[in-house]
Amino acid sequence: MSSKTSNVAKQVMWNRLISVVEEQAQALVRTAFSTSVREAGDLSAGVYDTQGRMLAQAVTGTPGHVNAMADAVPHFIRRLGVDNIFEGDVYITNDPWEGTGHLHDITVVTPSFHDAELVGFFACTAHIVDIGGRGFGADANSVYEEGLYIPIMKLTERGRIDTTLINIIRGNVREPDQLIGDVYALSTCNEIGHRRLIDMMQEFNLDSLQEIAEFILDNSRRATLERINALPAKTANGEMRIDGFSRPIDLKVHLTFEKDRILCDFAGTSGLDKKGINVPLVYTKAYACYALKCAIAPEIPNNAASLAPFEITAPVNSIVNAVHPAPVALRHVIGHMIPDTVYDALDKMLPNTVPAEGAGCLCNFQVSLRPRTDDVETDEDKAARDAAVRSEVLTFNSGGSGARPSQDGMNATAFPSGVMTMPIEATEHVGPVIIWRKELRPDSGGAGQYRGGLGQYMEVGAVEGHEFDFQAMFDRVDHPARGRQGGADGAPTEIRQDDMTPMKGKGKQFVPHGRRVVLSFPGGAGYGAASDRDPELVRRDLAHGYISAQACMRDYGFSQAEVDKVLNAVKRGENYS
Amino acid sequence: MATGNPHVRLGVDIGGTFTDVVLETGSEQFSTKVLTTYGAPEDAIIDGLKQVCAKASIEPSEIGQIIHGTTLATNALIERRGARTALITTEGFRDVIEMRTESRFEQYDLDLTLPEPLLARHQRFTVTERISARGEVLIELDPKEVESLVGRIKEAGYESVAVGLIHSYLNNKHENLIRDAINAKLPDVMVSLSSEVSPQMREYERFNTVVANAYIKPLMKSYLGRLQGELKKQQVDCPIFLMHSGGGIISLESAAEFPVRLVESGPAGGAVFAANIASRYGLDKVLSFDMGGTTAKICLIKNQTPKTSRVFEVARTYRFKKGSGMPISIPVIDMVEIGAGGGSLASVDAMRQIRVGPHSAGSEPGPACYGRGGDKPAVTDADLVLGKLDPDNFAGGSISLHADESAKALEAVLGEPLGMDAQTAAYGLVEVVDENMANAARVHAVENGEDLAEYTMIAFGGAAPLHASRLCEKLGVERLLVPPGAGVGSAIGFLRAPFSFEANRSHYMKLSDFDADVVSQLLSELSDEATAFVRSCDADAPIASEFKAYMRYSGQGWEIPVSLTSEQALNPDVQTYQALFEADYAALFGRVVDGMDIEITVWAVNATTPSQVEEPIALADVNGVAQSDVRRRVFDAAVGENVDAAVVLRDEFETGKLLKGPAIVTEDETTIIVPQSREAMRQSDGCIDITVQG
Repeated sequence: MSSKTSNVAKQVMWNRLISVVEEQAQALVRTAFSTSVREAGDLSAGVYDTQGRMLAQAVTGTPGHVNAMADAVPHFIRRLGVDNIFEGDVYITNDPWEGTGHLHDITVVTPSFHDAELVGFFACTAHIVDIGGRGFGADANSVYEEGLYIPIMKLTERGRIDTTLINIIRGNVREPDQLIGDVYALSTCNEIGHRRLIDMMQEFNLDSLQEIAEFILDNSRRATLERINALPAKTANGEMRIDGFSRPIDLKVHLTFEKDRILCDFAGTSGLDKKGINVPLVYTKAYACYALKCAIAPEIPNNAASLAPFEITAPVNSIVNAVHPAPVALRHVIGHMIPDTVYDALDKMLPNTVPAEGAGCLCNFQVSLRPRTDDVETDEDKAARDAAVRSEVLTFNSGGSGARPSQDGMNATAFPSGVMTMPIEATEHVGPVIIWRKELRPDSGGAGQYRGGLGQYMEVGAVEGHEFDFQAMFDRVDHPARGRQGGADGAPTEIRQDDMTPMKGKGKQFVPHGRRVVLSFPGGAGYGAASDRDPELVRRDLAHGYISAQACMRDYGFSQAEVDKVLNAVKRGENYS
Repeated sequence: MATGNPHVRLGVDIGGTFTDVVLETGSEQFSTKVLTTYGAPEDAIIDGLKQVCAKASIEPSEIGQIIHGTTLATNALIERRGARTALITTEGFRDVIEMRTESRFEQYDLDLTLPEPLLARHQRFTVTERISARGEVLIELDPKEVESLVGRIKEAGYESVAVGLIHSYLNNKHENLIRDAINAKLPDVMVSLSSEVSPQMREYERFNTVVANAYIKPLMKSYLGRLQGELKKQQVDCPIFLMHSGGGIISLESAAEFPVRLVESGPAGGAVFAANIASRYGLDKVLSFDMGGTTAKICLIKNQTPKTSRVFEVARTYRFKKGSGMPISIPVIDMVEIGAGGGSLASVDAMRQIRVGPHSAGSEPGPACYGRGGDKPAVTDADLVLGKLDPDNFAGGSISLHADESAKALEAVLGEPLGMDAQTAAYGLVEVVDENMANAARVHAVENGEDLAEYTMIAFGGAAPLHASRLCEKLGVERLLVPPGAGVGSAIGFLRAPFSFEANRSHYMKLSDFDADVVSQLLSELSDEATAFVRSCDADAPIASEFKAYMRYSGQGWEIPVSLTSEQALNPDVQTYQALFEADYAALFGRVVDGMDIEITVWAVNATTPSQVEEPIALADVNGVAQSDVRRRVFDAAVGENVDAAVVLRDEFETGKLLKGPAIVTEDETTIIVPQSREAMRQSDGCIDITVQG
């Protein structure tokens, strides 16, 4: 074969490896038990060479695992020792610092052998719903309270599973069957990846991945460096203040474009919080790197070489580089705010590229339901209480994304997270919860030439006979998304009970029988001055009810007559698409 | 009373470019392709009908049955050409079809545009009411509020209304009351209920499905009415049936009521076509591969039955990417469709890798080789440069191809940046598109727990025979069949489809709370419902019911379909259900999970008349070598260089003759490539049977 011809073959193999890890990820979605994996897609899967360099990562999954996954396998090789890796082994950890940022992520690594020789590794990560301890939430004071810790170790050695480890896991978590089911799902998906890899090596008559690894990494490195070196040599600062748990947090970043690399340093960022919203550096790296890749090199696949030129640093024991034993369970709340912080700096270096600020972190909450404990008098109420059950229900929801330089923000759509919501009909089958409302929140997108995405309303109660604890995981109550280039801010998060009892944005809070929690999730901010907005788009927004008549007049200067004209046309069934 | 000879049957497939018409007179088959007439699609049918009747020397009035499939429903959804439609939904859930899954289907695109919902926000109305997850009424519907809502519908002049209420698949009382109220006041407005169109859990999919149904209902109803009228004018007064997405046929009346079931009926016909060939050859594991101008479709056919699914996505807006379209939950033949066809265009990305599709050159300007100004290389251009196509005999000689234009486009777009000559660029392009298709097939097989090495491929559609052998090499598939009539495969498939209708319903049940009485009652109700639909098409034929329970471990999110015999369905016992599920789960994922409760979420019954069982053909014995005087240089990708190939006309390829690769079999509609690793033989039914050289 000529060298040109073999380049075609190498390209085929690169495509194949990306397809292999995609199969690996799909197998995980289909066999996993935790809602966070199977419904929300909070997972990751990848293939590595013998040195632990990541060659391909599945597109299915969420950005929080991007760099974490790339770094994980070298930790396993180092901890276990190269002489201690055998055919039939499977390794496991949930170390927040050597895995993917909190105890609720389990990472499983499997060495891949071909003709008795080690040829590479497969790794996958999944977010599981419970790992014991205080349960998923911000309330712990250290990582020891957050659940069971599994150091990097062997789950299986030469095909023999470690039943002692399995028993310890089972004895320490609330839903042992499901967690063990998820551990099996993780090792099954690596096994499926391994089989496909061996098929490929046989088809192309390979005895190692070395040549294809160099091809992938060389091409990726060159493409990434081309993009970076095309940027103007510049430096800028960015910052953002958010709610935090006990006090507001300042996120600060210093961004530098240099030849062959981008430096992103978080010096000046607030210190640790007492509660579990601190972020291990690996998770900070993931979201900082994700934000930069979206803006600079979006179509280059993630692997060791395409990620290496992005150098992310932060002072030890700042909230974005929390070290052991800081509590880190809700590291996503702060982690999801990192892209908007990076974009505050990037906008000064690359104008008209990045969006305005958005809702940022997902608007997740967990409901712990139980039979009511207050006094009941009527027989009907007693019967309802006696029929009531205990149940844990976790949901994933999104506010609005920030407006872009040339289009509106996205309504109720996750950014930067890559997860999905669950159907409310499915949620109501999981436990005795009733979602009374889940719809767009008009007027919550910041006004502008391009409007911020709308947040959403939710209203949550329980089936008759129950009361519940509500575990809130929200931000942007006091610090809404800020507009860019003259765009207005998005609406803040609001949380209360239906009798107007106020509630906090974070932490576990009791909700008595008969009460509902009323939630307004934040909108994205606007981009550009509202006065520059195309009046046709304003009319459409009014017709669709994205904005109210008042907002239309106040923000966009419409007269009452203009507003009435649109609203009357809507009544007659006229279309505004 | 219907007229016509019951043995004279017409299959009609309206596609995006061509309307295919196939006439079978019992002994013979006649086919034609005419350009689709978008303004009045029935015109092309009448035109094609006249052509095939003339070929067969019969009068149109002799036609005894018409089976029709169409892409019109799909296109109306893609092009947003539906009726003035409103949605009525539960207070608090106005935006379900707009909020989707609240996620981005492409994570790295900051300028991502989400697809617009089929109905804008002001076309979505809410009403105070609520059903619980146990099917109980939490808030009663207020008739006065409904009445005022009907007034607003009237004022706005909506022609069609979709009703989708939370948990209505468990209790349809409120949806029915709303329909009654609309019918009473606005008899001309068409109403679609989510509890009838798609009675399944998950509000986004169900609401979107009922909205799609309502949106295309007036259009399809009027089209089907006009078609009936035009056919009568031609003295064709026979029953007309419609192919549905699940691979069966339904009455014209059912189709007009549930037009969303017609979406993807053309590709479903293709799968039925392949299944029919499979039965003729007694093949239990078949991979059907349908490659046309813009997309390739791949489907698994086990035991001569195409695999089915309960949900799929239509009108993808972003590179055929999962999540960028709208979900429709109806019984559908499960296939993967990717943007890889003869017209798919190639480019070079930032990593200096060749990318192919999903953009297509279409018919105007077409690939560069058409010589109509196309300057980007398409798959067809690469096929031409590699010698796989004869420039002078493309489409029966109706379009002459310009290899120099192909080479120019390949060099400019791929060769220049990559330092390759035109042929190497063409090789790279074809390898990439073949690999894309092979990867799609692999992922589909893995998702279904299948090993493709045990499969036989059946290839049809204009571009498939050019690429099928290479796919077989890549997938380790040892046998490939290219049937005759491959260019009108879907329309032939319509004529082979059984009458069938699938009824399904969401009903949660854990095996730990298994209630045999409820199960047998539910399944017999569904069986009655599905059978009634089929009975309306055929008063006499025996009707069989196929039962399925969708099961998973309690806590998982994905069910697997578990087939039940009628004995297991109607006299259910929990041990059998558990054993059946565990066997299927282990086959898919390698092992069962001990100690977990198992649950059933959806129940389905497919009532069907018997499939047309083909007489198995006797395989021909080799009786000599196919003769050929013509030879052509063709590039063999597995070998990596040009080889000398024998060229044989399909019409002159005799039964039992062996043709060793490298070879090329040509016909008007397509060209079959037999690479060096394979050999071909013609079977008595005209299929070209291509296997690994012994």
